[in-house]
Amino acid sequence: MNPTDNRPRLEPEADDPTRVRLHGQWTLATALEVAERLREVPDEVMELDATGISRIDSAGALQLLRYVKRRGMSIGEVAFRDEHRALVSTIEDVADDRPKGKRDYGFVAALARLGYQVQDNGKEIVALLSFTGENLVKMLRILRDPRRLRVTATVYHMEQVGLDAVPLVILLSYLVGAVIAFLGSTILRDFGAEIFVVELVSIAFLREFAVLLTAIVLAGRTASAFTAQIGAMKAREEIDAIRTLGLDPIELLVIPRVLALLITLPLLTFVAMMAGLAGGVTVGAFDLGIPPQMYLARMQETIEIRDFFVGMSKAPVFALVIGLIGCLEGLQVEGTAQSVGERTTSSVVQTISLVIILDAIAALWFMQMGW
Amino acid sequence: MQEPRQINAHPTEPPDAPAAQAQDAIIRVTGLTNRFGSQTVHEDLDLEVRRGEILGVVGGSGSGKSVLMRSILGLREPDAGQIQVLDTDARSRKREDRLNIERNTGVLFQDGALFSSLSVGENVQVPLKEHYSQLPDSWRYELALLKVKLAGLPADALYKLPSQLSGGMRKRAGLARALALDPPLLFLDEPTAGLDPIGAAAFDRLIKTLQEALGLTVFLITHDLDTLYAICDRVAVLADRKVVATAPIAEIEQLDHPWVQEYFHGPRARAARDSQAAYPRTAENKA
Repeated sequence: MNPTDNRPRLEPEADDPTRVRLHGQWTLATALEVAERLREVPDEVMELDATGISRIDSAGALQLLRYVKRRGMSIGEVAFRDEHRALVSTIEDVADDRPKGKRDYGFVAALARLGYQVQDNGKEIVALLSFTGENLVKMLRILRDPRRLRVTATVYHMEQVGLDAVPLVILLSYLVGAVIAFLGSTILRDFGAEIFVVELVSIAFLREFAVLLTAIVLAGRTASAFTAQIGAMKAREEIDAIRTLGLDPIELLVIPRVLALLITLPLLTFVAMMAGLAGGVTVGAFDLGIPPQMYLARMQETIEIRDFFVGMSKAPVFALVIGLIGCLEGLQVEGTAQSVGERTTSSVVQTISLVIILDAIAALWFMQMGW
Repeated sequence: MQEPRQINAHPTEPPDAPAAQAQDAIIRVTGLTNRFGSQTVHEDLDLEVRRGEILGVVGGSGSGKSVLMRSILGLREPDAGQIQVLDTDARSRKREDRLNIERNTGVLFQDGALFSSLSVGENVQVPLKEHYSQLPDSWRYELALLKVKLAGLPADALYKLPSQLSGGMRKRAGLARALALDPPLLFLDEPTAGLDPIGAAAFDRLIKTLQEALGLTVFLITHDLDTLYAICDRVAVLADRKVVATAPIAEIEQLDHPWVQEYFHGPRARAARDSQAAYPRTAENKA
């Protein structure tokens, strides 16, 4: 068989210039050629004979229909093979004029999008506040009736959130502590005041860096996990199942997670403080010639317990922020894989920004109070 | 690309019976064996799907209907056996062989398997973009609209996300995507599962109508007795790790096999058969 036979072709009838016979395969694979052939049909042609077409699919039929309509002919006048007639009439039944795409562009649309965005953010803030309130009320209820507390779930999450994060927190804090010591020593060396590195590292870590580093690690590690876990449950209607079984998703899912964070984040902060100070001690001993005994003695003289408490006091606040946003975003997932992804991103971004903003406000507050 | 050969096949002399069957088979599975660990799902399984028929595949839960489909589609590497799909070896990993199978088969998975982040229209355009990227956007859009309407959805469904559709509409959208490339061979995995009886009957009719209009061959996995009686030309029964029989449903009913007897002679089968006798669905097709 001739290979060119598969290509769509026109064959004008020799004795009648108003008739054209169509040949070859009129399919999706040959769609562009089909369009070209149809453009080549001379204007005087009034009749089409499609019985030469060996194979036709809906793409071919659609093009033929469009052409016939454009020329003001009727598809009923076109001769088809019997086996193709069913397809053509089916396509004819459902094909009509192309509707317009319905996406809006331009200034008004952009303005509208901005408006919606602002409105969404406003709603988000209200949702977070009311969610916080709901959780606090339910925690108080648990306090009155401690049997409602899911102890197993809480301990499980403490392991996931707290224990499993210990190596990462130690590593990061130790390295950041060492880096601060190096940084301080290069500047303070010019003044011959290298010993002040002790205060620099200790105060920075006790007051700010330990709790901030821990919170940022947990925001990336835990808030995302909470959102994805609860979001997947929401998408598969598990949350609805929990509700219909007479259980409370907040009590069952949110409070154990938030409580686990409330307990473990201060503990992790303490671990981070120790690791950061150890980083400072290491750099002091090997690079600055401050032996550990002297380093620790200097710390005891200059650092007040207040610095430790200032740092620690922020830990429960950050724990609440991370836990509540992570869970709330999870509960707002809407059934698709896309939505789970969007919400997870949003929860990490929100927690990290909020943690840093709150830390900055707290720093100002403590400075003004002289604490 | 199958058409020319068919036209040329011995136009004058009447072909002998086995040769005609060989010509007819669009899927041929021989000696298929599938194992999961120590569990054997298929052993030495043979199956033949003829061009232009609707083959219903039935079997109990866990009898390996979906595994069979996945093997034929090349989604699962079988442990032994030959699979020919559209005169191509389904186990071949050659690019042109894969393309031949991918372009000429459409699959409707259970619950549609639509991409949840894309609208219905975009879902239908995915295979068109992948395989026929030379077509202009407006054509792809137009073809997608055509397929969506062929599947019995309203035109505005084109812009909806799968999560905004009901279960029945999701199946129709999945069917539209399966039909995007006008494949001669269509695989349906439990198309009527989870639909109400009216929706299921409508979907059966839709499959039959499309099969007749587009000249499809349909490989249809189902539990739905109504579907079997209404639209299947032949039924293949999967049991004991094999296809125990492939025949028109009237013959399958008479088969002396415990599972078949239970399946086709339970109360539900009787109801399905009776309703079929009372209201033959082929009459509705013409209407």
